[in-house]
Amino acid sequence: MSVLIFVELDEGKLKKSSQEAIFYGAKVAEMTGTTATAITVGQADETELATAGRFGATKVLHAGDAKLNEPNGMAYATVVAAAAQQEGSTIVVLAKSSLADAMTARLAGKLKAGLAANVIELPNLSNGFVVKSSIYTGKAFAYNELKAPVKILAIKKNTITPEETDATATVQSFAPALNDSDFVISVKSTEKATGDVLLPEADLVVSAGRGLKGPENWGVVEDLAHALHAATACSKPVSDLDWRPHHEHVGQTGIKVSPNLYIACGISGAIQHLAGVNSSKVIVVINKDADAPFFKSADYGIVGDVFEVLPRLTAAVKAL
Amino acid sequence: MKILVCVTSVPDTTTKITFTDNNTKLNKAGVTFITGPYDDYALARAVELKEQAGGTVTVLNVGGADAEPVIRKCLAIGADDAVRVNAEPTDAYFVAEQIAAVAKDASYDLILMGRESIDYNGGQVHGIVAEMLGLPSISPVMVLNIDGDTAKITREIEGGKEEIEAKLPLVLGCQEPIAEWKIPNMRGIMTARTKPLKVVEPVANDQLTAVNHYELPAPRGAVKMIPADEAEKLIQLLHTEAKVI
Repeated sequence: MSVLIFVELDEGKLKKSSQEAIFYGAKVAEMTGTTATAITVGQADETELATAGRFGATKVLHAGDAKLNEPNGMAYATVVAAAAQQEGSTIVVLAKSSLADAMTARLAGKLKAGLAANVIELPNLSNGFVVKSSIYTGKAFAYNELKAPVKILAIKKNTITPEETDATATVQSFAPALNDSDFVISVKSTEKATGDVLLPEADLVVSAGRGLKGPENWGVVEDLAHALHAATACSKPVSDLDWRPHHEHVGQTGIKVSPNLYIACGISGAIQHLAGVNSSKVIVVINKDADAPFFKSADYGIVGDVFEVLPRLTAAVKAL
Repeated sequence: MKILVCVTSVPDTTTKITFTDNNTKLNKAGVTFITGPYDDYALARAVELKEQAGGTVTVLNVGGADAEPVIRKCLAIGADDAVRVNAEPTDAYFVAEQIAAVAKDASYDLILMGRESIDYNGGQVHGIVAEMLGLPSISPVMVLNIDGDTAKITREIEGGKEEIEAKLPLVLGCQEPIAEWKIPNMRGIMTARTKPLKVVEPVANDQLTAVNHYELPAPRGAVKMIPADEAEKLIQLLHTEAKVI
């Protein structure tokens, strides 16, 4: 009767968002009087998997079939559904991500599950099973009662702060039957930025808009981001103009982020942009227009020219 | 090619969200409803594919009669006909079940929709529909080209993209830049009035989730302004006061 937690790895390590999901799942297990089992799929090192114990998992199931090395939401859903059946799990927890989204939807269909996406708090079990989630791209919250026997909780990143112990989890191999129909999609090539901090996982984000005047000027943004070990991001007009890749676009129709620090440079703060960033813990706005609406949503602000301010900030970070 | 495009009717992206009835309902007063922005991209690409290769585009909405202006706009943009499942959407599973019921015997080559709605942001409906119909699902799709019975797709992944090939039929969640948004012209608006819009009743289902109530975020405190010529102070404050770096 474990709570089952789907765990993703990035370059062999537990993703930060999966650490959060394990911790969340372990807390739910504690609340419901059961244990937390993690399930991971594809190539993985057992020693690393055992570190899931630090965040509260007592056991990790590892589906290591080579066919699962390529991310495949359809096949992963088959594996996680089989794991849920083996463990008798009626609660499945995972961190929202590109891969998890593809997997979760198929899983919800397979298990006829009550699903809450963008969950930001532990459930309230005092009257049913109620979880708080972010809706309208962060402009509101919903308290969702999950009535179905099987419940899936997709946790919004960076909203749960995991606590660590020295515990380790036992790792067991898991080899469910795979469906040929889950492998009919053929991935021909993958292009992924390397060496940078991935935006959806980032604790710190430096973002810029049309105030940067052109893609050739992004050096000042990247310098500050590198100094902070932050991800870079951009507003929608900037990605529409192809100054920056689409996967850096944050906002209502782009990536939604909730980092500890969001620094907006030369972004006026349209409501659609705010919607994608307003759950950031601290927002800094730098804009030469003192009337930019973004200042009303910021914690710290500087009215100034980004080309003068950003290099000074970068130098100050390096001097810390 | 036979394409089904599933569209949501959602508050305009500039809407300031508020609630009524003791925070149990969206306050629709003064709110303009639009086609979900991601759904708009799906529809635009469907119409382009029809123009290139022939076929039909059917629009499907799960919603009340107040969603019909949004459906008519989709017809004006180039869809041939529409189906409205006469039910207020409750959750992703419910909506997917209605879509699957409409699609199951209709042999669509493609079922397209936005990667997510901009109200509940779940991004789940396409995957659940695909699971119910036993079809492959891919999302979020940025590029979609059809070559015979093969779809050539670019999907966005975290920090990059994948090139994918898959045989039709498929269920796809779409996003920009899959197509340019289309704006209906006068001829389209006129012809949309006479295009068929069929209303069907929902299939029965179990209610898997329910929203008990809604809440608005707490307002942020006042902004602390720092003079540009003392910009370094910001870093000190982020380090010592906000403790985020």
